[in-house]
Amino acid sequence: MKWTELIVFTLLFGVVTVLGFVAARWQAGSTLDHLDEWGLGGRKFGSWITWFLIGGDVYTAYTFVAVPALMFSAGAAGFFALPYTVILYPLAFMPLLRIWSVSRSHGYVTPADFVRGRYGSRALALLVAITGIVATMPYIALQLVGLEAVLRTLGLNGSGVVGHLPLLIAFVILAVYTYQSGLRAPALIAFVKDILVYVVIIVAVVYLPIKLGGWSSIFGAAEAKFAATPAPGDGILLNANNQLQYATLALGSALALFLYPHSLTGVLASRGRKVIKRNMTALPAYSLLLGLLALLGFVAIAAGTAPITNRATGNPDTNTIIPNLFEQQFPSWFAGIAFAAIGIGALVPAAIMSIAAANLWTRNVYKEFIHQRATPKEEARQAKLASLVVKFGAVAFVLFIDPQFSIDLQLIGGVMILQTLPAVAIALYTRWFHIWGLISGWVVGMGWGMLILFNIPSADGKRAHFGASALKLGELNVFGWHPFGGSTVQIYVGFVALVANLVVAVVVTALARRFRVFNGTDQTNPADYHVDEDDKKLRAIAAH
Amino acid sequence: MAPPPRTGIRWSWWNLLLLVPLVLLITPIFNRTGPALFGMPFYYWFQLAGVVIGVGATSVVFAMTRDRPTPPPPGPDRGVDTLDEGARP
Repeated sequence: MKWTELIVFTLLFGVVTVLGFVAARWQAGSTLDHLDEWGLGGRKFGSWITWFLIGGDVYTAYTFVAVPALMFSAGAAGFFALPYTVILYPLAFMPLLRIWSVSRSHGYVTPADFVRGRYGSRALALLVAITGIVATMPYIALQLVGLEAVLRTLGLNGSGVVGHLPLLIAFVILAVYTYQSGLRAPALIAFVKDILVYVVIIVAVVYLPIKLGGWSSIFGAAEAKFAATPAPGDGILLNANNQLQYATLALGSALALFLYPHSLTGVLASRGRKVIKRNMTALPAYSLLLGLLALLGFVAIAAGTAPITNRATGNPDTNTIIPNLFEQQFPSWFAGIAFAAIGIGALVPAAIMSIAAANLWTRNVYKEFIHQRATPKEEARQAKLASLVVKFGAVAFVLFIDPQFSIDLQLIGGVMILQTLPAVAIALYTRWFHIWGLISGWVVGMGWGMLILFNIPSADGKRAHFGASALKLGELNVFGWHPFGGSTVQIYVGFVALVANLVVAVVVTALARRFRVFNGTDQTNPADYHVDEDDKKLRAIAAH
Repeated sequence: MAPPPRTGIRWSWWNLLLLVPLVLLITPIFNRTGPALFGMPFYYWFQLAGVVIGVGATSVVFAMTRDRPTPPPPGPDRGVDTLDEGARP
C-alpha cells in the first residue's frame, strides 16, 4: 500500500465529492425537476464552464491512460489522437452552431429529439437514441477501467470481488451526487479535474525529458524498442500499410465525436452561439496537452517502466503504464496528485455520459413509447433513475465481465455512432435524404461494420474476433467481390461502414423520391437554425 | 439586418479556412524523422504544430463571421420592449 499517494488521492477525491453535492445549488434555476435543469444545467453555461465541461467530457481518464499506453506498445500509430482532436473542432464548428440553435428554439435535449422534430419519424429517432445509448454504455465502463488502473497502482490491487471494492465505493458516491445535482455536478468538478491534469502533465513533459537525457534519447530508446520487437506494425514512424488507417481513423473519430450524446450534452448546455464559437478555438488547448501526454508513452519506454499485473484477471495491464511512470519518477505526494487527476478525470465524463444516456432513454424511449403524457417533473425523475441504472450497468460490466469486453465494445461503439451521421449531422443542412433511405443506410452500415469487426483477429493472435478497428483492404469483401484483392493497406472499419451507409441511403432515397413516398413532417423552419441567446422570441427554459 | 435566405444556409467564403487543418490527414507530408526539433522527429512536432493551424483556422472564421449585432449597444440595459420585434430572425 502506498500511503502518501493514497492520502493525497483520498483528500482530493473528498473535495470533489463535496463539490458534487454543493453543485445542486450552484447557479440553480427555479427547479431541478426539469430536464433543461437536471440534464442540461439550465442551458446557461458560459465560455469558461463550457470549456471545462466539454474538455472534461472529451478528454477522459481512459484517453489519458490508453493513448500513452498505445504509444508505448505500437508507436507512431497511437499518435492519431492528436490529428483527430485537431481536425475535430474546425469540422464541428458550423454543424454545432446549427444544432445548438435548433435545439434551443425547440427545447431539444438529445440528438434523437432533433431527428424526431426534423423528420417526424419515431422509428428513425428511436434508432438514433438506441445507437447513442448502446455506444455510450461501454464508454462509461471504460472510465471505470481507467479509474481502476489508478486504484491498482495505488496498491489497492486485490483479487476477486474485494479487489473491485474501491471502485464500487467511488462509483456509488458518483452516482448519488449525479442523481442529486445533474449536469451541474460534473461541470463544477471539471474545474478541479482539469486544473490538476494541466499541472500534472505540464510538469511531467518538462521535468521527465530533462531527467531522462532529452527528447532525442527518449525517441532513441523508443526506436530501439520497436526495432527489437517482431511486430511489423510498430515504430516511431508510420509504414506503408498503416498510413491510410491513421488518416481514416483520425477523420472517422473526429466525425463521430460530436455524434456521441454526451459531447452534445456539453454543447447544448451552453448559453449561446458565441460560447460555442469561442470554445471551438479554445478547446484545442486540450489537444496540445493530449499530444504531449501521448509522448509520455515513449518516456515510459526510456524510463524502463513496466505494466502492473492486474490481480483480478492475472494479465499485465498496459493501462497502468502512465500511473506507474508517475509512481517511479516522482515523489509520492506528486504521484498522488497525478492519480487523483486521472481518477477524478474518470468521474466527470462518466457522470456526463450517464446523464446523456438517461436523457436519451427518457425523451426518446420512455416519453415516446411508454408514458407519452409524462410531465417535465416525471421526465426528470425518470432520467435520474435511468442515470443510476446506467452507472450500475457499467459497474456490473467491469465486475462480472472481462474488462477487455468493454474495450471491444468501445471500439464497436465508435463504428456504431458514426452510422448516425447522415440522420443527425447531414439532416442539419438538408432534408434531401428520405426517412427510409436513412433507416436502410443505418441498417447496412451497422450490420456490415459489425460483421467486419467480428472477423478481425487481434494483432497478437490471441483473440479471433473484435481484435482491432483496422481492416486490410485486400480483405474487403462486397458480396464475394474483392475490389482491392491482395492489398495489405489498412483502413478504419467505421469509415468503410459509413461509405456503405451513405451509398445505400442515397440509392433508397432516390427510389423513395421516385415513388413519392411520404417523407415525414418537418417541425423546424430555416430560421430556427440561427437563433441566438439574445433573441426576443426565444423559448423559455424549463417551462412546460 | 437582411432576412436569412430561404434555404436557411448562411455561407461565407471564410468557412473554407476550416478545411485547412485537414492537411493533418495527408500522412506522406509529415511521415519522416527530419528535420528534428529539440530532438523530436518531424512527424511529432509537425502534428503538435497542427494544433496552432487548427486554432488559427477557427479563430479567423470566428472573427470574420460574427453575426452582427453580437455586442449589445453601449449604455444601460435595454428594456425588452425597446427591442424591435422583427429585428432578428
